[in-house]
Amino acid sequence: MSSNPLFKKIESYIKPKKKRSRTPTDVKIRLRNVHKKFYEKKVLRGIDLDIYNGESLVVIGGSGSGKSVLIKNIIGLLEPSRGSIKIEGQEVAHLNSRERSAMMGRFGVLFQGGALFDSLPVWKNISFSLMQSKKISSAEAYDLAVEKLNSVGLGGEVATLSPSELSGGMQKRVALARAIVHNPEVIFFDEPTTGLDPIMADVINDLIIKCSAELGATTFTITHDMHSAKKIADKVAMIYEGKIIWHDSVNNLNSCDNEYVQQFINGRATGPIKMKLQDH
Amino acid sequence: MNILQVIGRLFLDFLESIGEVVVFAIRTVFHILTPPYYPKVLLKYIVIIGYYSLPVVGLTAIFTGAVLALQSYTGFSRMNAEDSIATVVVIAITRELGPVLAGLMVAGRVGAATAAEIGTMKVTEQIDALVTLSTNPFKYLIAPRVLAGVITLPCLVLIADIIGVFGGYLIGVNKLGFSSGNYLRSTFDILEISDVVTGLIKASIFGFIITLMGCFHGYNSRGGANGVGVATTNAVVTASMLILFSNYFATEFFFTKG
Repeated sequence: MSSNPLFKKIESYIKPKKKRSRTPTDVKIRLRNVHKKFYEKKVLRGIDLDIYNGESLVVIGGSGSGKSVLIKNIIGLLEPSRGSIKIEGQEVAHLNSRERSAMMGRFGVLFQGGALFDSLPVWKNISFSLMQSKKISSAEAYDLAVEKLNSVGLGGEVATLSPSELSGGMQKRVALARAIVHNPEVIFFDEPTTGLDPIMADVINDLIIKCSAELGATTFTITHDMHSAKKIADKVAMIYEGKIIWHDSVNNLNSCDNEYVQQFINGRATGPIKMKLQDH
Repeated sequence: MNILQVIGRLFLDFLESIGEVVVFAIRTVFHILTPPYYPKVLLKYIVIIGYYSLPVVGLTAIFTGAVLALQSYTGFSRMNAEDSIATVVVIAITRELGPVLAGLMVAGRVGAATAAEIGTMKVTEQIDALVTLSTNPFKYLIAPRVLAGVITLPCLVLIADIIGVFGGYLIGVNKLGFSSGNYLRSTFDILEISDVVTGLIKASIFGFIITLMGCFHGYNSRGGANGVGVATTNAVVTASMLILFSNYFATEFFFTKG
């Protein structure tokens, strides 16, 4: 953070973060037997997962495997049908709206499409949560937004533009700036490189690594981009038909003997995973 | 599935929809009444709903008043009751046509825009993003719009009343040969405060219905651009129908008791 007194003031609004070790010492997020169904359709069928402090976990899986539903259950956008989700030992699966809102202050989320607010300029998008909750002034919010734009490789001139005036890669970077503006403990990335060209995808990967390292944040990413997964992950889990079928260090990904994982990471049409061509 | 099963299924779906709307309305009222409040957002929607609807509501009102005067003259002249034209115009405009026509015009303009905007926010995950930024979408998106509708529609209808009566006056004086003084006297002799006030109360109800339907259908839209299109259509259709239904019951409540 800058030595500028203004940024010190803004920093004082944000809960100071201790620099966390990336050595996995204790569990940050614990899922046990998490199920989710929509009417009769079972999407999650008993997810067990531990994510440690400072760890970067990437969940891979094909379309319709339950990745998005899993991340939405952890964030609290969906409630699990049954099972337990704990953040640092606190049960979060069935919080009321006030408790949920407080919990959200500890999270940062990068959505697949960016999900920037069309009606607000870039700087208001980035500072939105702080302006709503901390009541910082517009001038302070603007300066903070420019600082965060710089940290994701964008210039201050972008601040006054509308999201619709930005390219896909720039939107992703602005969305990343918004996700990290309040120094979250846990950052969730929903398909962070989808729809980007390979170079921009790699830029986003580098920014994810840089930002999470600076914050000492735990990160949870879902993707089917294997290059991205291998680059940003400490550990990788594979979800298939609503269950975690493999979970280990990224270093063991290529050499694992799970035939589902091998089919997926090598992108083979033939193997145990049968792609459904129709819903019925 | 036989015909009775189909009818039963449709009836249950209809009841379910009513239940969803009622729950949505209760949540909206709760969030209007409880903090945090967003006064700047409220002001923005008062301007969008009220100020930007003035041209369309004003044009509708002036031509309605003018046509009403012409049609009344055609009918009343057969019974030598031309003197009643000003009375008919002012009563019809303030009690019924002002609120209903303004409501229908605003339903087309604001109801559609609200459903489209919120629907787009829904399908592009902007509403989910609001939640993750510790902001309740009901308080930030829904409550200010509905409150703005409830506050703004009566103001619009009051202006529509004045313009509508003026439309009748223009035709009465310039085309039908009434003297200005006589027309105005006939207008204000018969007009009671309650005529205007009941119209404004109806307008508030219509404002609630229009914005609630826009928000409800937008908030529950699914399936990309097609879903947003369906939500927009449903918002306008249901708001228009509910305006007409509620207008009947409000009229019966205000004007037929005793």
